[in-house]
Amino acid sequence: MMGALAADWPAIAALVRRAMNEILRVPGAAIPGVLAPTIFYCGLTAVFGNLTELRGFATDSYQSFVIPVSLLQGAGFTGAATGVNLARDIEQGWFDRLLASPVPRTVILAGMVLSAALRALLPATVLLLVAFAIGAHWPGLGGLALAVAGVMATATAAACWGCALALRFRTQSAAPLMQAGMFVLVLCTSSYAPLDLLTGWLHTAARINPVTQVLEMVRQGFVAGVTWDGTWPGLLTLAALVSVLGAFALRGMRRMAD
Amino acid sequence: MVEALLANARVVAALGARSIRQTFRRPQLAAPIVVFPSLLLAVQTGGAGRAVELPGFPEVAGFLDFMLAGAMIQSCLLAGNSGGIALALDLEQGFADRLFAAPVSRFAIVLGRLAGTAALGALSALYYVLIGLLFGVTFEEGLGGIALMVLWATLAAIAFGSLAAALALRTGTASVVQGMFPIIFVILFLSNAFFPAQLMLEPAATVAQYNPLSFVVDGIRDPVISAVSGEGAAKALLSIAGFAALGFCASALALRRRLRHG
Repeated sequence: MMGALAADWPAIAALVRRAMNEILRVPGAAIPGVLAPTIFYCGLTAVFGNLTELRGFATDSYQSFVIPVSLLQGAGFTGAATGVNLARDIEQGWFDRLLASPVPRTVILAGMVLSAALRALLPATVLLLVAFAIGAHWPGLGGLALAVAGVMATATAAACWGCALALRFRTQSAAPLMQAGMFVLVLCTSSYAPLDLLTGWLHTAARINPVTQVLEMVRQGFVAGVTWDGTWPGLLTLAALVSVLGAFALRGMRRMAD
Repeated sequence: MVEALLANARVVAALGARSIRQTFRRPQLAAPIVVFPSLLLAVQTGGAGRAVELPGFPEVAGFLDFMLAGAMIQSCLLAGNSGGIALALDLEQGFADRLFAAPVSRFAIVLGRLAGTAALGALSALYYVLIGLLFGVTFEEGLGGIALMVLWATLAAIAFGSLAAALALRTGTASVVQGMFPIIFVILFLSNAFFPAQLMLEPAATVAQYNPLSFVVDGIRDPVISAVSGEGAAKALLSIAGFAALGFCASALALRRRLRHG
């Protein structure tokens, strides 16, 4: 297993490097994706900041409360962008050349989703710097590490989702579907207010939505302390999401090759 | 003179119809107009619905009553931006050059795009009215108020579309116009589209009170939650006129520059 990974590593690294090059070569395309979560964060805190005055709100700092929403949104959009880039590569024929190369399908997928996981750190870093500057609580090293892990794993899951759709539809026109999928999953959680303060259908949706566990896992360091009870459901959810969506993406890749 | 006007009207109508068809054919143009504002409306209504309990929140039957105008204005802004993206794509792909070479007024070509945007603004306003009716929103001013809301939304879509058209004509690049997406959200967040300005945190609260977009939002919101006032309507109309004047002047300048320099 390790031997196979070592043999495939140069191919994965090359695909990751190619994805990173896109940021440097077409910065205009990357800037909106980097800035959007921070803009959304600043907007949410400015607009809904007084919600903390409602009885039952877990913290008096909405800046701290809403950080995980924007962190996960940034990760989701980065993952979706990986799907859009793959659709572009399929449209332009570059992906056919990649499939014709003597590289296992799993390695191609690994290269793409790993690049998404790394790229997601860019919007997350910008967001965290701005958040701390406007008064968000320091989550401690453990909380920060958990947030980073959550961002990278969410980006991985979102990239698998984006790639699965790109391989299914083979057109960049599927971009809204890739973006909206993660957008919905992240927002239909306790994103704006604690679960008990949500009203109507969103209360039910947030209870069922597994991403609520991921959001609460990332949030805990910013609003209270990190506990194992607050962590394991999020980790389990992320592992399940990556496994299921990764399987879908791999199936799409095999079908495309056939 | 009349013949020339009729010819231009035919061009505007044909290009407007093409613009609407194009929007519904391309999911990446249609989705932002309907999907994202609907999602935000649904999530914000459920997520921040208890905000109506905050002291100082306007008297409303429910948070959805308050939020409906925000969703409409968001949709109009995004319809304008989508129109700009489509115009930029026409420029990138050379279709606009063929139109410019045709014996029709060049500005009629831009007006055609804006006619499509206006229709999309009106359709999206009607869609949100329907959503409101389905989910129990009470329109205090009745049918007349609904008609006024649709009118404001349509005019706002034209005004925002003219600004996006100016950017498209100036840059000729779809990705640049698409890059306005985050800026649109900045402008929205710094208005009273999603929350009463007086309950927002500073400095956003102050900015929102003077943001012309807030006056347009109030114009659309008043028929739902209170009553239409002459002052509110005048402020909404003046704000839309201001956006439109800026957009049309910038479009005319950008068009002239493009025709001179290519």
